[in-house]
Amino acid sequence: MLKEPKISDDQREIWREPINYEKFFKPRGEVHIIPERCKECNYCTNYCPKDVLERSPTVNSHGYHPVRVRPGKEDSCVACGMCQTICPDFAIFIREVQT
Amino acid sequence: MTTEEFHPKHALIRDERFPNVWCPGCGLGILLQSYLNAVEKSGIPLDQQVLVSGIGCTARLPGYAKFDSYHTTHGRAIPFATGMKIANPELKVTVVSGDGDLFNIGGNHFIHAARRNMDLVVICSNNFNYGMTGGQHGSTTPLTSRSASTPYGNVEPTFNLPYLASALGASYVSRWTVMHPRQLAKSIRMAMETKGFAFIEVLSPCPPNFGKFNGFGDGFEEMEFYRSKSTVQNDARLEDVSIDPFHGKPVVLGDFVNRKRPSYIMLENELVRKAMGVKK
Amino acid sequence: MTALLEPGRYFADGNFAITEGALVGGCRFFAGYPITPSSEVLERMSERLPKLGGHFIEMEDEIGSMAAIIGASNAGAKSMTATSGPGFSLMQENIGLGIITETPTVVLDEMRAGPSTGIPTRVGQGDVMQTRYGSHGDLAPITYAPNSVQESFDITIEAFNSAEKYRQPVIIASDQVVGHLSEVLEVKPLEEYDVVQRMMRKHDDEKGVFSYTEDYVPMFVAGTGFRGNVDSLTHDERGYPSNEASVEKEMLEHLLGKVKKNEEKIVKYEEFLVEDAEVTVVAYGITSRAAKQAVRIARKKGLKVGLFRPITLWPFPQRRIEEIAGHTREFIVPEINYGQYSHPIREYSRSETREIHFPPGAIPDYGVILKEIEGAFK
Repeated sequence: MLKEPKISDDQREIWREPINYEKFFKPRGEVHIIPERCKECNYCTNYCPKDVLERSPTVNSHGYHPVRVRPGKEDSCVACGMCQTICPDFAIFIREVQT
Repeated sequence: MTTEEFHPKHALIRDERFPNVWCPGCGLGILLQSYLNAVEKSGIPLDQQVLVSGIGCTARLPGYAKFDSYHTTHGRAIPFATGMKIANPELKVTVVSGDGDLFNIGGNHFIHAARRNMDLVVICSNNFNYGMTGGQHGSTTPLTSRSASTPYGNVEPTFNLPYLASALGASYVSRWTVMHPRQLAKSIRMAMETKGFAFIEVLSPCPPNFGKFNGFGDGFEEMEFYRSKSTVQNDARLEDVSIDPFHGKPVVLGDFVNRKRPSYIMLENELVRKAMGVKK
Repeated sequence: MTALLEPGRYFADGNFAITEGALVGGCRFFAGYPITPSSEVLERMSERLPKLGGHFIEMEDEIGSMAAIIGASNAGAKSMTATSGPGFSLMQENIGLGIITETPTVVLDEMRAGPSTGIPTRVGQGDVMQTRYGSHGDLAPITYAPNSVQESFDITIEAFNSAEKYRQPVIIASDQVVGHLSEVLEVKPLEEYDVVQRMMRKHDDEKGVFSYTEDYVPMFVAGTGFRGNVDSLTHDERGYPSNEASVEKEMLEHLLGKVKKNEEKIVKYEEFLVEDAEVTVVAYGITSRAAKQAVRIARKKGLKVGLFRPITLWPFPQRRIEEIAGHTREFIVPEINYGQYSHPIREYSRSETREIHFPPGAIPDYGVILKEIEGAFK
């Protein structure tokens, strides 16, 4: 986790908004899960930097609890793709959403 | 499932064969992901990609990738791939197999392929034991660690695989864990661009066997242990990179060797042209 | 000499004939490991193949050689290896791989005295059952046993053709004497030899990697865009592994059936005075030449004896042996081993079968066979 940089109040006063501020945006991702493939290894839930994923209470046909998006975190994914890269079962992927 | 819901790697995998055979927490799926990422980035035509494997858990990997794939006999993936590559040098042949397959039963073929500097990419998934048969110890099981056939702890020293490959003259040698998927993908891509023998050792967890015998709760815990012990050091002295994490030794990762040496296919091609009387 | 053998008469040994026959048959990849008495094949291949644009590699052992030729065949090259007893033992596992993956290739096993290292420079015929049952699991192998230099040449071309037609490793079980004896070899103009070219699967073919309903399906070759899976596990028609007994049944019946159904086309034999024979000698390889001499002399003495020489040891010439058993009362099977081929002869002929055991290490003496023939008429 990145720590908030320490900025004193006088410093804060001389800060200004960057002129190209509007070019930058926080990417947003849409989580797609294929529940039948999930084996509940918890790699994605552990590695998601935004803590978007969790084990769901439902069970798939192989007896595993597939991951799901944590309720209330639907808009938190930043499309870093870590879960997709780390998933051994090709059960989760991210599509970036244009905002 | 609508087309929207297809996995981005849909075109590169045999979708109908999923879910795969591997246990929950197994790292082989991540290795497959990394391989596919490397293939996409390498720009080598997909029809030229060939995967060859021996027997074991890792050896099931080619069956999930949608390329020409060959699942051969135990330990014989490298000679099989050698025959393919010589018969058709256009092919990009990747051997992917486990530590037991490549270094215990198939060790002789490995040393000779490396010595010849045969144009192959050899990826060894090292999980420190024989996973498919229930977790018996092998030549990569770390000293004192337990397995199904070393209940009192292992007394045999291990192979230092990068040192071995480098000493034999391999053009490219690296080591990563499956918890370094981006570095691993880049490494596989670099191996594919190498002329000659390219060897990548990939550390992978085996939660129901090696992990269970050595006190790891699940694959994630085992993998986090290796990751916490690992340091990236590309210029490491290869004599010192043997794996012994249970005695406080760091697991050294990195792209250790990347050198230009004449490869077997280059030299053989020259020989054939000379014998046929073809002028350059 | 840059091209294939010019037509004409040559004074050559069996190893020369097998090498040149293989090249005429289309062999363009050879992987091997030196072993007496077949090393001359390896040496000659190393000189001849590069000139023809082919590839030669001396592997680290016979296991690797067998794996390499199966790999090469899957990459589109007609391939071959040459070995003798100890090396042939090492190859057994991958011969099974060739059979389950339906990969055409040719294996020369030049039999020498065994077991184990035995007498490397002396003849034996102890691998006959190994060519049939050597690899584990159910198999239907095709094995040829030439008895002359001329036949070594011709049969090698035929072995390559059979390998392509039935998509499996084909074994040439020659022996040390046939490999090393020199005699006249006549080579016809190349266009007179019938060479089967590999049928390749088109990349847009809808069918799977294998087909269990047809005897022959074109093979898919790596790098042509078919992108299929070839598996050493029991697999279905798509090439995907399966644990089901029903799939095993389907696959195995196809693997065995493709040879069984075409037995009449594959089986080759030579007969000498068998039509009216009361006693029939069955001999193959170098032993058949001693046996022929014995039969000739016995006929001069008025004994109604004939010689049946199987050229394909396997599949077993079952139909013909059963026919002969109709008019012959006794079979004599001389072999340079302690009784191997005599077993199927006894089983299928259901007749009295005498075995002659020539100890490996020496060329068989026709006098021993003659004595046994005379004994059968007493």
